[in-house]
Parts: sequence; structure tokens; C-alpha cells
Amino acid sequence: MKRRITLKINGKVYSHEVEPRMLLIHYLREVVGFTGPHIGCETSICGACTVALDEKIVKSCTMLAVQADGREVLTIEGLASNGTLHPVQEAFWNEHALQCGFCTPGMIMASKQLLERNPRPTDEQIRHALEGNLCRCTGYQHIVNAVRTAASRMGA
Amino acid sequence: MSMATTVTKAETLVGRRLRRKEDPRLITGTATYVDDIQMPGMHYAAILRSPHAAARIRSLNVQPALDHPGVAAVFTGADVAGVGPVPCGASLPGLRVPAHSVLARDRVYFVGHPVAVVVATDRYVAADALDLIEVEYQPLPAVANPEKALEPGAPAVHPEWPDNLAFTYHQEGGEPDRAFAEADVVVRQRIISQRLIPTAMETRGVVADYRGAEKSLTIYSSTQIPHLMRSLVAQMLGLAENRLRVITPEVGGGFGSKLNVYAEEALMGFVAMKIGKPVKWIESRRENFQCTIHGRGHVDYYEIAARKDGAVLGLRLKLIQDLGAYHQLLTPAIPTLSVLMMPGLYKFRNVSADILGVFTNCVPTDAYRGAGRPEATHGVERMMDLLAAELRMDPAELRLLNFIGADEFPYATATGLSYDSGNYAEPLKKALDLVDYHRLREQQQQAKASGRLVGIGISTYGEICAFGPSPATPAGGWESATVKIEPSGAVTVMTGASPHGQGEETTFAQIAADELGVPIEDVIVVHGDTAIVQYGIGTFGSRGTAVGGPAVYYALQDLKAKILKFGELLLESSDVTFSGGVCTCNRTGKTVTLAQIAAASYRAMKLPPNTEPGLVATHFWEPPNFAFPFGAHIVVSEVDPETGQVEIKRYVAVDDCGKIINPLLVDGQVHGGVVQGLGQALFEQAVYDQDGQLVTGELMDYAVPKATMVPWIESDHTTTPSPVNPLGVKGVGEAGTIGCSPAVVNSVVDALGHLGVRHLDMPLTPEKLWKLIQAGGQA
Repeated sequence: MKRRITLKINGKVYSHEVEPRMLLIHYLREVVGFTGPHIGCETSICGACTVALDEKIVKSCTMLAVQADGREVLTIEGLASNGTLHPVQEAFWNEHALQCGFCTPGMIMASKQLLERNPRPTDEQIRHALEGNLCRCTGYQHIVNAVRTAASRMGA
Repeated sequence: MSMATTVTKAETLVGRRLRRKEDPRLITGTATYVDDIQMPGMHYAAILRSPHAAARIRSLNVQPALDHPGVAAVFTGADVAGVGPVPCGASLPGLRVPAHSVLARDRVYFVGHPVAVVVATDRYVAADALDLIEVEYQPLPAVANPEKALEPGAPAVHPEWPDNLAFTYHQEGGEPDRAFAEADVVVRQRIISQRLIPTAMETRGVVADYRGAEKSLTIYSSTQIPHLMRSLVAQMLGLAENRLRVITPEVGGGFGSKLNVYAEEALMGFVAMKIGKPVKWIESRRENFQCTIHGRGHVDYYEIAARKDGAVLGLRLKLIQDLGAYHQLLTPAIPTLSVLMMPGLYKFRNVSADILGVFTNCVPTDAYRGAGRPEATHGVERMMDLLAAELRMDPAELRLLNFIGADEFPYATATGLSYDSGNYAEPLKKALDLVDYHRLREQQQQAKASGRLVGIGISTYGEICAFGPSPATPAGGWESATVKIEPSGAVTVMTGASPHGQGEETTFAQIAADELGVPIEDVIVVHGDTAIVQYGIGTFGSRGTAVGGPAVYYALQDLKAKILKFGELLLESSDVTFSGGVCTCNRTGKTVTLAQIAAASYRAMKLPPNTEPGLVATHFWEPPNFAFPFGAHIVVSEVDPETGQVEIKRYVAVDDCGKIINPLLVDGQVHGGVVQGLGQALFEQAVYDQDGQLVTGELMDYAVPKATMVPWIESDHTTTPSPVNPLGVKGVGEAGTIGCSPAVVNSVVDALGHLGVRHLDMPLTPEKLWKLIQAGGQA
């Protein structure tokens, strides 16, 4: 039995009939077409699927689409406004905080939330906040640099 | 034609820390990976895999799955009898190559072995139907440990070869027996380089789309080698090679695990041709751990011979390679790379190595970041520390004493290589200075005196990369480039290398922009589509820039010669210089821009003598030798006696990768490489139980380093250009991984040396070290 869900994604309202078992990540990627968040593990470990749900990040691979009914989702695609990159996106670019880019959408979403909660994090706090997001390419050092520089940019 | 002052470029782009051209799509979520591809009528495949490490398939009933609504087809081993075997590209004398069907026939050989494929209109339905297939297995004895597999009476992985030996290989140089007989000291050690799971963040995935009327198949695959894959999959499917197009979209990491041709790539092509609809298969993480190649898997027995003054005389190695159940593309070749690099940076004139390639009921091993060289470096660098301990010498002094001299290059090694260039003492001395080594040793003694377990570990590594001269590689070892200047003057570089995160869209644009004197924004780099890009080899073995870069460089030289001819024609002068993006007549000072030249070359109202219209050049570059980067890594670690936890207090890496095109990107490669080495040293291990079940089957059980688990890496460089290529570059993709693990282990052994610990096998988990400390150093 399909169920109708209505939710706001990146500022726009969407409404679809979905199977109750459909994962939020599959809904976002395959029904609505936001392929920015990725599927890396299906067990909530890697964080490639990280999106914000009512301004709080979640792993969308272990959440059902019906659980997002009536709520508001922000994906990586909704981060830049009017063609201007979010400071975290800009910092990831400037600091070479990505290589293959697969973890990047989730990594940026997690970094953004950290800076909203803690505008001046220490390196240790940055690493702790990103513990739920795996990167196999960068060794994390440039990611830490990026979050630190984004913090100073946003605080300026 | 306008008069202009001569343009002189203030500085080159090569050598600058430029942010990447590929990043805008990646940071906005608009890049296209395989799983992002959707097509009208697309079907989804799910693969039934063996839960047993060894079993006979007694019966297989797919009818219940076929009857399930939404299922379009189910295929089993019998259906794919016409599909060729999964290819092994390596050859060794006497190599036993098991028949490797894309789906199991009557027997399965490892957990995860593909048995059947279900194709449905929806990925959820495909997964549902998978559960409806009825298979009756007769489990058979399995063996998952390579040393156990060599024991008499061990279960035979392949019944036709009861000794489980796929091959033996012997290589020696000099007079190793004499060296050992004349040695003052001989040190022996068994050293394990454990099985690792590459764990690219993007799992593998394939989309196949067949157009029956054209008899043309397009395969989208997350691969490092689109052209080689096309050649091999076309053979498997019996397709003409020009009817198969391989597109490599964005690739979410490879690390060697996508330097392969997998069953699923041909299988999806087969399915698409059968059902006449596009089909997608995306590997789950569990499948990725069970079925994508693993790396390492060595048990090494080393012997080192030396004089009592520390001069090394000889090195012997018995290398037991866990191959897994089959050969993937390069499986049996990987341990031969370990043998080639076993002398490391030292003057070993007498070496001997024996490889035993052993079948086990596990997924095959193959190239994983470093591919044979991390194992070799770990071995020789552990042995140097063991020798230093035996002789009570400082490990840094022992290394400096035995390095090949800076004046000895090119240096012919006892394993038949010619090291291109080097100054091995320089990075070690720089690293020792950076840590203030002598003071650090004093501080360590003070810390130890107060009961703290502080250690200092040194690793000096050499690496064979830039694969490689064609006669020394299984496929061609060259790389190709085409540079096109469009009629507007815009520049397109097409590289046969298939970068997937390394950043060649930027570094190759830097090279092209410098050579042509145009803004980097005017250059785009295209790769990963066999219908667009000329044949190429791919990205692996730290070859992208070191072999692909020179191909771009030489194509640009050809183009520049042609540009000059058009410049001479348009300026009506034979005294013309091309520089800074304009041709200038040296007598009159008149200039024509590259855009004007490009337009004229395509308009072709007049042509220079013996010159074709247009500005396109292709170059296939064959490297005359490998390149050999090197470096020194120093680790300061402290072990918590209460928990066994290792804390890396300091990580200093001084790498020499020749000339650097983009220091920002090199830093990224070093950091990422070091952390993969650190993963092996401290955290990661693919664990199979005695029945061949993969215990570390998900990311929940396999410890990929997280941001909190890794240290700050202090990265520095020395620069010894390679004479092998015109750019002077070497390669840096694997260096960090190769240099890291022995530095970490040497530091921890050093921290625990006073307990009598002389060797530790990886990973150095808290549990392992805690038990050791509790037992007073007795393993």
C-alpha cells in the first residue's frame, strides 16, 4: 500500500505516493532527482547520505521517506543560493578538501551543522563532529583546514 | 592583425597551489556517478551470492523468483555459458588459471561468489525476488588461511590442484648464499602484511544499455581503466570492440580496486542484450567487502645478512601470497612487484626471493594502493630496524650507512631495475632535522624513565611507479593524449588516463595553459569515454601524471610546431616566435593571437606548406623507464599502558616525487596515502574465520580510519627530478601508503623494546598491545 507524503525539499514542496519501505535516500535520489547525497554503506557509518531534516542532519540511508512526511529537507543541492556557494562549499574548494568527491556532500552538510552550533570549533571539535562521515581520499587534514577557514569566513 | 606589446608570462601555472577545476560539480552535488544515471525503461539487477566458502550446488530453482511480479528475468551459470571467463591479464611461467565464469556453474569457491542474477523493474522488487530463489548447497571443507592451505591434507580450493599452489616464482641477484655464509650477523623474521579491504567510498556499479538495431552496447562503469575494460569485456561478450562503448562517469575512489574487469561488468552487458532494456547494478557495501578485490595478504619470511659494522650484504625472502579463489586481472603479478622492490633504498647486491602463490576460499587479492610495494617496504624497513637492534645501532645511522649514493644513479638493482634518480639521504636528514632527532631521543629516554611508552619510528621508502615501459607491463604501459584547439581558440585536452579524484583535470590544464600561454579557464580536460577519447591505459600505479602528463606535453609540442607554421603564414615572416598565446614577428613586432591562428587553421583559405587544416595533435607516449620516488617518514608514538591504545604524537613525511605540478594536490595525495597506511598499521584487517566466512563484512566491523583516529601530518619535500620524462615528475599517489606502515610499527616496537618486543604484526590494535603489555612483552 503506497502512502502519500508531502514535504519541502530545498525550499520547494513535493508530494508523491511512495511505498512505506522506501528509504529517504532513494526517494530523494530516484523519485525527486536530488542525486547529491550518496549511498556509501546502508548502515549509517559512512555519512555520504547526510542531509538536514528540519535543520538537523540525519543519515538518509537509514530513514524511511514516510518519516520525512510534513518535514523540511535540505540537501547539498540546496546549499548555494542564487549561484553563490555556501562558505563551507567555498572553503572545501579552496582548501582541496575533496578528491573523488563521493563523501563530500555529506561532509559539507555535517560541517555546516557544526559551524551553526559552534562557530569557533577547535580542530579536535571539528574532527569529533565529522566522526560520522568517512573519507577514504583526503586523510581528513584538508577537510579540517576547510572547516576552520569556513569558520573564520563566516565569523568575519 | 594587431600590434601588441610582447606578452611575457610573469609565472607559470605549473608549480602553483591551484584549487581544482573539477570541484564545482562535486561540492554542489551535481556530479554524475554511476548510480545517478537513470534511463527510460531501466531495470535493476540484484545478485544472489554464495553464503558458503566452498560448496557444491546441488540444485537451483529460480522459478519462484521468475513468478514474482515485476521480475523480468533471472539468469544462472547455465545461461551465461557463452560469456567468456573473467580475465587474468598477468602471466607467469606455469601459472594455474582456474576457469572463472561470471556466474557459478556447479560449485562455489568463496563467500559472495555470484550464483544468479535477478532483473526487475525496481531495486526493491529485485531484492525481494532474490530471496525467492531456492538453492541447495552441499557445503565442502574450506580453507581461508594461506599457510594452512599449504599444509598436506588441507582442503583443495580447486579439486584439480590439491596442493593449492597457483604458482611458484624464484628470482635472485648476486650471490645470496655466499653473502649469508660470509655475514657476521643474520637476522630472521616472519612478517605479515594482512589482508585489507580497499573500501572506496563509492562501491562498484554498472549500467548497461543495448541498442539492438545498432548492435551497440554502452556500459557505464565505475572503473579506473575504461579502454582496457572495453577490450576485455567485448571479448567476453563476443562483441566487436567498436560496438562497445565504455563510459566512466565520476568515480568515487578506486585505490586499485577498480583497476580490474569484474564479472558484473560483462554480466550486466549480457543482461542488457538479453532483455533489450537498460539495466543497473549497484554493489552494496556488503557485496563490496565480499566480492571486490582485497589487498595485501602476505606472510613473509625475511632473512637479512650484514657485517658487524652494519653494512648490509644480502636479503632473502619467502613470500606466501594469499591469492584467494581466482585470479582477477593482476592477482598473481602483485607479489612480483614486492620482489622487485625488496632491496628498498639500500645497496643489497645479493638477494633471493621465492613466491608461493596460494589459492584460498576467499575473494581474490589484487592491486590495492601500493600493490606489492607497501609489503616490500614494510618488510625491508622492519628488517633494517631488527638489524639495528641486533647491532645496537641507531636506525637512522644504519640507513644512512647503507643507502645507494646520490652519485650512483642510474642505479642497477640486484632485482633487475634501474632506479632513475635519487638522493636518499636528503629526505631522511630533513626529516631528522624537522623532529630534532637527537633531542627527541633524549626526551624519549626521559619519558621512558618515567614509565611512559614512547617510541620513535623511521621508514625510508623507495617506490616503483609511473607504470611503465610496455615490455614490463601486462597491457601497454604508454599513455595517450589528444589536444584540440577549437576554431575559437578554446583548448580541449583528452587523456587516455582515467583520473578519479587525483585532479588531472587541473594539473593537465596547468601544463596545457603554460605551454600554450592561455588562461587555465580556456582549457578543459576530458577523459573516461571510449567513444570520445583515443585509446588509453588508465590511472593506477601512480602513473596518471607521470605517464599521462608527458603524453599531454608532447602533443602540445606537436601543436606548437603547427601553430608556429600558421603564425609564419599569417605574419608573412619566417622569423616568428610563439609565446604567451601569440605569435610575434621578431622583425616587425606584429602579432597574431592563438584564436586568430585557430580560426585561420580551420577556415583554411591558405595553408602552410605540407600542413593539414585544423589544430589537433595526438601523442602516444611510451616511457623509457619507470620512475622511482622515495622519502622518509618519522613517527613519534606513545602507547597507553592501561588501554594499549597507540597515539601518534607526531607524523613527519618528507617525500621526493620529483617536480611538483600542483603542491596543493600533492599534499592531498600524501595525506590520504599516509592515512591508508595508518589504517593498515593500526586499525584495518579483513578477517575470515576458519570456515571462510568474512567476519568483517560491513563498515560496522571494518575499521576505516575516522577523522578522530588520525594525526596531523607534517608534510615536506625534497625535489629530485626524474630524467625519465620531460616534466621531471615521478608520482605520488601511493607514496604515503608505502612509507607509512613501517614507520608506525617501528615506533611502537621502539616504545615497547625494553619489554623485549622485537617485532609486532599489524594491525596494532589496543587489544593486541594491551595483552602484550600485560604479559610483560611475551607474545
